[in-house]
Amino acid sequence: MGSGPRIAIVGAGPAGAFAAATLWQLRRDAEVDLFERLPTPWGLLRGGVAPDHQEIKRLDDAFDRETLARGCRLFGNVEVGVDVSHEELMRHYTAVIYATGAQTDKSLGIPGEDLPGSWAATEFVAWYNGHPDYRGLEFDLSPQRAVVIGNGNVAADVTRMLVRSSEELARTDVADHALEALRQSRIEEVVVLGRRGPAQVAFTSSELRELGQLDGVDLRVDREDVELDPISQSWLEELGTFTARKNVQLLHEFAHQPERTGARRRIVLRFLCSPVEIRGDGRVEAVDIRRNELVRGDDGSIRARPVEGDVETIECGLVLRSVGYRAVPLPGVPFDERAFVLPNERGRVLGADGEPLPGVYAVGWIKRGPTGILGTNKRDADETVRCLVEDLEADRLPVPAEPDPERLQALLAGRNPDLVTVEGWRAIDAHERERGSRAQRPRVKLSSRDELLEAAAAASPSDTGS
Amino acid sequence: MTYVIAGSCIKDDSCIEVCPVDCIHPKPGDPDFETAEQLYIDPEICIDCDACVEACPVDAIFPEAFTPEKFAYALDLNAEFFAERDAAERTAA
Repeated sequence: MGSGPRIAIVGAGPAGAFAAATLWQLRRDAEVDLFERLPTPWGLLRGGVAPDHQEIKRLDDAFDRETLARGCRLFGNVEVGVDVSHEELMRHYTAVIYATGAQTDKSLGIPGEDLPGSWAATEFVAWYNGHPDYRGLEFDLSPQRAVVIGNGNVAADVTRMLVRSSEELARTDVADHALEALRQSRIEEVVVLGRRGPAQVAFTSSELRELGQLDGVDLRVDREDVELDPISQSWLEELGTFTARKNVQLLHEFAHQPERTGARRRIVLRFLCSPVEIRGDGRVEAVDIRRNELVRGDDGSIRARPVEGDVETIECGLVLRSVGYRAVPLPGVPFDERAFVLPNERGRVLGADGEPLPGVYAVGWIKRGPTGILGTNKRDADETVRCLVEDLEADRLPVPAEPDPERLQALLAGRNPDLVTVEGWRAIDAHERERGSRAQRPRVKLSSRDELLEAAAAASPSDTGS
Repeated sequence: MTYVIAGSCIKDDSCIEVCPVDCIHPKPGDPDFETAEQLYIDPEICIDCDACVEACPVDAIFPEAFTPEKFAYALDLNAEFFAERDAAERTAA
């Protein structure tokens, strides 16, 4: 048992992994434990990043090298707030860093949103990435047309996954159940709806460009749709980012390119329209949309406002709603019900009196909201961990009543016989990569909790608990 | 020759930390950093030292001559980022 500070990180996604890595850079004597609800670490890197973006998933090697390989313990298949409480963690650790992300999705608030065939895009994402809680979902991919609502990178991901060929998907680590369902898919057209205009899309230009480069897929953009209104034009010139200018340029090119002949599938990008109702008799049959115009708000932001006029109906059998993630409250810690984050100042979680709660921190989406890309979490983690180290060195952190690391592990193992440690995860990882190498895929994922726990249990029992 | 950063960049700054000639931008703290979707290499300054390639955890950086076809656009894109930035600085000055 060491004498350094003992830190619990709740959530082994990118924010938690970057926090663990940063802790070690600043305090080599820190003892860091990663708590994870799933039997597998790395959060949205494994369960969010699209399977056809394998190069990004390679970040798992760096995460492993900078955390688990350096002695960070993993407590997988453990839900904080259920299997172990916040108060218990505070008895065992010098500090607890919450890195739980944003686990649910925002709703559109329109009629028909809950009809069968209308899904949160995040459910589709979790399903094709083999998240064990989503394995049983059944997406009906027999209709000819799907509608994706939203103009961000999750919308781009699910659109690509719907139009890529099964040959392309079979080279990725897409979950087997999803590969099989997508192989049978009869979807020919995906219509992507943007509330605002081409200058305001939230796609990166890289993801937008990729939509136009897919094998056997025609990308349609209406020429009128890409002509900027005066408000967007002046906004783009004054305040537009490099990415926004690139996006407008790309959309212009797409709108003026000839139709790709012999295409298997088609993506249609529509702008300045909002869904007003999802309709159908017992299941999704159509989405009604209304035109928007852009207005400049008092704060200078550009908002969409519906214009009077006819409602247009788009017939479709599948709707994926991709309008953002949202965090959920955690038992035992404060929650800001308006901003959907843990109330915090530079990562120090604040109590009801507005003062920092000693030893409680936040990092990632639960700290700043669901914004930014993977690397954003590195700087975010740096800020939180620097506050923690500053508090530690100023003696502002409580001394844990129960500092013996073995006792905590014994407590967890006593409550949960299926605790997944580093050795268990390594056994899962090796198993998946081995199956993958035989199929010339990066890995073949285990996607049910039982399969994952069985593979983890195959780790030599003498290794566990070390 | 220069190196180029492709769209799979996750902006984790590992390359900025190792670049000996400070040719990778925007940097944390720059006004255009938060809105940038990726980092870019200034082809006028890059000395082809390979340090960034080794540092990148997601293999998003390529020597110009070995850039995969699907990232061919990235050479112009990297250069264009700096051309726009220079123009903006001249206007502001």
